[in-house]
Amino acid sequence: MKRYSDLEFLRLSKWQKFLYRLASFFAGIPVAIKKFFVGIGRFFANIGTTIGSEFADLVTTFKNGDWKTRVSYLIMGFGSAARGQWLRGLLFFVFEAVFIIYMVVAGGYWLSMLPSLGKVGPGEVYNEVLDTYVYQYNDNSFKILLYGVLTIFFIIAFIYTWRQNIKQNKIAEGILASGKPLRSGKDDLKSMVDDQFHKTLLALPLTGILVFTVLPIVFMILVAFTNYDGTHDGYYSNLFTWVGLKNFNTMLSWSGGGNVYSATFGEILTWTLIWAFFATFTNYFLGVFVAMMINKKGIKLKKVWRTVLVMTIAIPQFISLLYVSKMFAKNGIVNGLLMNLGWIKQALPFWEDPTWARVTVILVNIWIGIPYLMLIATGILMNIPADLYESSRIDGANPWQQFTKITLPYMLFITGPYLLTSFTGNMNNFNVIYLLTGGAPTNAAASSAAGTAGYTNLLITWLFKITTGAEAQYYLASVVGIMVFVVVALISLVVYNVLPSIKNEEDFQ
Amino acid sequence: MSTNNSMKRSMGLKASARISNTIIYIVLIAMSFIWLIPFICIVLQSFRVESTWQVGYVIPQKWGLDNYVKLFHSDFTRWYLNTFIIAVVTALLQTVIVLCMSYTLSRFRFKMRKALMQFMLILGMFPGMLTMIILYRVLKDLGMTQANAVPGLILVYIASSGMGYYVSKGFFDTIPKSLDEAARVDGATRAQVLTKIILPLAKPIVIYTILTAFMAPWGDFVFARYISFGTSAGMNVAVGMYNWLNKDMINSWYTMFCAGGVIVAIPVTILFMCLQKYYVEGVTGGAVKG
Repeated sequence: MKRYSDLEFLRLSKWQKFLYRLASFFAGIPVAIKKFFVGIGRFFANIGTTIGSEFADLVTTFKNGDWKTRVSYLIMGFGSAARGQWLRGLLFFVFEAVFIIYMVVAGGYWLSMLPSLGKVGPGEVYNEVLDTYVYQYNDNSFKILLYGVLTIFFIIAFIYTWRQNIKQNKIAEGILASGKPLRSGKDDLKSMVDDQFHKTLLALPLTGILVFTVLPIVFMILVAFTNYDGTHDGYYSNLFTWVGLKNFNTMLSWSGGGNVYSATFGEILTWTLIWAFFATFTNYFLGVFVAMMINKKGIKLKKVWRTVLVMTIAIPQFISLLYVSKMFAKNGIVNGLLMNLGWIKQALPFWEDPTWARVTVILVNIWIGIPYLMLIATGILMNIPADLYESSRIDGANPWQQFTKITLPYMLFITGPYLLTSFTGNMNNFNVIYLLTGGAPTNAAASSAAGTAGYTNLLITWLFKITTGAEAQYYLASVVGIMVFVVVALISLVVYNVLPSIKNEEDFQ
Repeated sequence: MSTNNSMKRSMGLKASARISNTIIYIVLIAMSFIWLIPFICIVLQSFRVESTWQVGYVIPQKWGLDNYVKLFHSDFTRWYLNTFIIAVVTALLQTVIVLCMSYTLSRFRFKMRKALMQFMLILGMFPGMLTMIILYRVLKDLGMTQANAVPGLILVYIASSGMGYYVSKGFFDTIPKSLDEAARVDGATRAQVLTKIILPLAKPIVIYTILTAFMAPWGDFVFARYISFGTSAGMNVAVGMYNWLNKDMINSWYTMFCAGGVIVAIPVTILFMCLQKYYVEGVTGGAVKG
């Protein structure tokens, strides 16, 4: 597309400006995607060169080093200890000892089983003492996969530590050659609360994240390539094993048009995006609107209005959402009241009709979301320089013009990143959907697919349903989870790369 | 002439301002009504004794405390205690972890800092629900599910809490670095800078972190349900009370749900209203920084 210079852009009419911005947004998408892949390529290229230089350094350190350094290649920490850095030497050595013992005792087994995920499933085995067949559990695919991944993590950690051990030798040699003393163990301990303090602080949080987030995510990504489900749980029922890309094929192939999984997936993804769009922007604009009403000059009892709204944040969502869900039920209080008043003859199908349910969910979400947005918008509105409004008023701008020319651009400029996180957050908004509808009403066409999909199901609630059914298809849940990640990552990537250009143009107005 | 004109105009302005203000008042009153009505309904129905199912009217015909009395003779007390323990322990430990993480990322410049932050951003894009399956099985092997779900839940809540560092990092970023440097020049260690200088200044964000960490367990539903797995002794209030609204149970437990909701909401709401100021600061600060 044709690119305008700043001056040319200013001379366009309002409509043309809008079109230009829209076009440049979409034109930016391929560029952003290209940038992403180039970035990935560069990332791996960087890793390659780093590994190369590390190897070269290993060789030269060995060649130029003294005998203490050379022994350290085999016995970690030897050089440090021999040079008087007992604490470091001991830690390195203990780590190596633990690693070797672990690998011999357990790690080797888990690693060797990883390619097959277990050879002998549970079954009846002849017991000579009892002279009968007894049911016996054997290999555990789940544990093999879990500990296999853990062992790989451990090996990586070992290689890293080994490399650090060599580096320490090189550094120590350099320091000694220049005639300075090495740091003692006491110095090392002291540095833990001083110049190495960040390592002390991060140790606990990062361990938690590694064990309880990274490890499970790696595990679940791998599950997408297995047949792990309720009837193949890896220990009690049957072993599970690697199946390659079969599950992705099931979920995503469009061949023949009769694929119930891919059709369901497409339908739910569409609704997820529609929902995220409406949930984000209705809340945003209405929230800003409410904040402006409360902040308007001459409105009294500002604190009261704000407190009423804020109070609803405090009440746990499961109470308010479950209660509201029952309020709109067929025999709930809303229908009851309307019928008592004689306004309707039959109960309104708030949760029974697909369209009604979808609209109601979005409306209730507005009820949930406005207080937050009101708080955020109030904070930002107060920061807009008052003289902007003053001078625009002198120039003869009416309140509507002030809103579209000052308030809105300012808000959007500042809250752009927030809008993005809120959009992706809404895509994964489990609570609102699950507590309000549980995904109902059921989509008859799609319900033969995994986990009885419903019209208000988001990908995330669908994922949950898949994992809780009688024959929980964990492998499909894992595929859905990966797809959610891909969609969220793509949206974030594109928006982040396109946002600045839009922002810059905003500056001209 | 001209004064007359301007007077007319200002009177016109005043009149239009009055009209628009009246409209705004009407909207605000209507909104307050809509926002409060569910809670008013919950409170009123919790005192209803003539029937336990859903009815088409709001004001009870017969008032009484029956629902509350029944509540204290049910498993509800156990659930309440469970949730309270989880909330208190999580609030304390999670705050420590979040502060460690955010302070470090705000103040220290080390080699892997940028990579670490990007890595956590990407990790955050995976739906957390996915990890439930494996965490459940691991906790089961450790004996921390069903009746022993409380320690298991605490462990899971705090273990990954380092990921939620954004808001408090934003706060630490606003504390001038010159304070640290001055203290360092005077010979303070990094640890002393944190405990003696930064922490006293960080009171608002500490309170915000404690408050949000305390409130979250009261509403957590999915994971708590997964881990307690149908065992009443290990449930929190959300899981336990959710069952009361099942199709089979709702007719005899509906008003109990309302009463339970009131009992759960009162302490949390009071705490929240008292510390509202800090919450607002945290929310607005976090959103502006993104």
